[in-house]
Amino acid sequence: MEATFRIWRGALGSGTFADYRTETSDGMVVLDAVHDIQATQAPDLAVRWNCKAGKCGSCSAEVNGRPRLMCMTRLSDLDLSKPVTIEPMQAFPHSRDLVTDVSWNFRVKHQIKPFTPRTPDAADGTWRMQQEDVDRVQEFRKCIECFLCQDVCHVLRDHHLHEEFVGPRYLVYTSALEMHPLDTQERRDELRKAHGIGYCNITKCCTTVCPEGIQITDNAIIPMKERVMDHAFDPIVKLVGLMTGKVAGP
Amino acid sequence: MTHTTVPLTRRRAGETLRRDAWWIQPAVVFLVLSSFVVYATWAAFQNAHYTAGPYLSPFYSPEIFGDSPHAWFGPKPGWWPGWLPFSPALLILPIPGLFRFTCYYYRGAYYKAFWADPPSCAVGEPRKRYLGERYFPLVFQNIHRYFLMISVVFLGFLTHDVWKAFWFTNPAGGVEFGVGVGTLVLALNVVMLTGYTLGCHSMRHILGGFRDQFSLKPLFRVPYRCSTCLNAAHNRWAWTSLLMVAFTDLYVRLCSMGIWVDVRIL
Ligand code: SF4
Ligand code: SF4
Ligand code: FES
Ligand code: FES
Repeated sequence: MEATFRIWRGALGSGTFADYRTETSDGMVVLDAVHDIQATQAPDLAVRWNCKAGKCGSCSAEVNGRPRLMCMTRLSDLDLSKPVTIEPMQAFPHSRDLVTDVSWNFRVKHQIKPFTPRTPDAADGTWRMQQEDVDRVQEFRKCIECFLCQDVCHVLRDHHLHEEFVGPRYLVYTSALEMHPLDTQERRDELRKAHGIGYCNITKCCTTVCPEGIQITDNAIIPMKERVMDHAFDPIVKLVGLMTGKVAGP
Repeated sequence: MTHTTVPLTRRRAGETLRRDAWWIQPAVVFLVLSSFVVYATWAAFQNAHYTAGPYLSPFYSPEIFGDSPHAWFGPKPGWWPGWLPFSPALLILPIPGLFRFTCYYYRGAYYKAFWADPPSCAVGEPRKRYLGERYFPLVFQNIHRYFLMISVVFLGFLTHDVWKAFWFTNPAGGVEFGVGVGTLVLALNVVMLTGYTLGCHSMRHILGGFRDQFSLKPLFRVPYRCSTCLNAAHNRWAWTSLLMVAFTDLYVRLCSMGIWVDVRIL
């Protein structure tokens, strides 16, 4: 069956949609159609991809208005009687056609205090961890850095607060470090101030689009909001900390 | 943070290339939540028909002052200003009300449905300015954990009401054990509210979420896991318990008005 793909063409933010008709077959994904179009009709069409297996996080785009991995979006799940729109992610500066400049994300990552393990548990310089202590963190390690969550987050997408908010991907990353049983670093002040966790209004769009099914809002962001509350605001936690001589932590 | 190189464009309010009916979910949230608020406010101002037999409506529990036999300290106090409307519900409803208002799940839902912030995922927003929960006033949503703590106490009162709903006055004037449909309604209401409260995100934090190593404090293990399990369906608990609490009030109200007749099972 033939289907129409309405693809954004242009560079550095300006451009227009162009329609391409191509033959589709069983089992095809959106990226296959884009590759067909590139091979037969538009050799200069810029598209970023790598693994075609939903694991490299390169082929992020918006298909029919929804942030998706093109290689994991089956044509059989789309209504092919109407043109399928494919546009680049909206929360990052546009480069060309379907490609955006996601380097802001890598710069943000550098601002997060790195993993700082306690002194090794054994004389040979190794540590001992219990599986139950790393269960939570393992969910966050599934992240493939596709940045779809960053793209859909209205704080970045609509309000462009890139200067003040690190976005869901880096709240997941910080949670993985903060909850890590070996880590000794304190990041709650940054979470509140530099990372702007308060901008998240827990509307869960990031969770909805995550191709790895990470429960970003419930398992990473809200637990961090609670920890920031302990640290920055809660007088009861402060009082208990003073009386026991301990600060809430590991 | 570092500067982006090409200026990003903003989409207009409601602008999206989404094809699905993205507006249905916020519209349903808007309808159900506003209907609940209207009904609860109306019911709270009635100051009548909130008890039937041994049953007490959850909107009126605990009844601190009031005219029913459930009242702790007797009728409306003399010092209550005449111009201020009185009802036992008005004294206590702010607690469960604010507990739900500051609930993480409801926050996410009503920011979309009532404030279009965003109207739905990947749909353009109507306002340019955005403060989120970072600044006044919404930074106060963080007090959720205190309403949780008071609500746990309230849950104790509601459980006590279920116990009382097992004891009926018989024609001879004595008290006898029994079970009516109303007893089951009150009990189911408490089950729903317990599922909602124990799966609360702040509860999950208090029950162990704040720890990095459960292996060091095994006492936290089971409570944290149970809360996590309930938390995964927190939205469903939120809606069912909301509808159930309204239905429980309605049940008691209609029985009290004689429109419905409470059937004794035992
Ligand atoms: S839940 Fe928070 S981080 Fe996720 S999309 Fe919504 S505002 Fe952004
Ligand atoms: S958290 Fe999910 S959506 Fe966000 S970058 Fe990682 S894999 Fe992609
Ligand atoms: S090409 Fe690697 S995730 Fe799609
Ligand atoms: S998060 Fe919903 S009740 Fe606490």
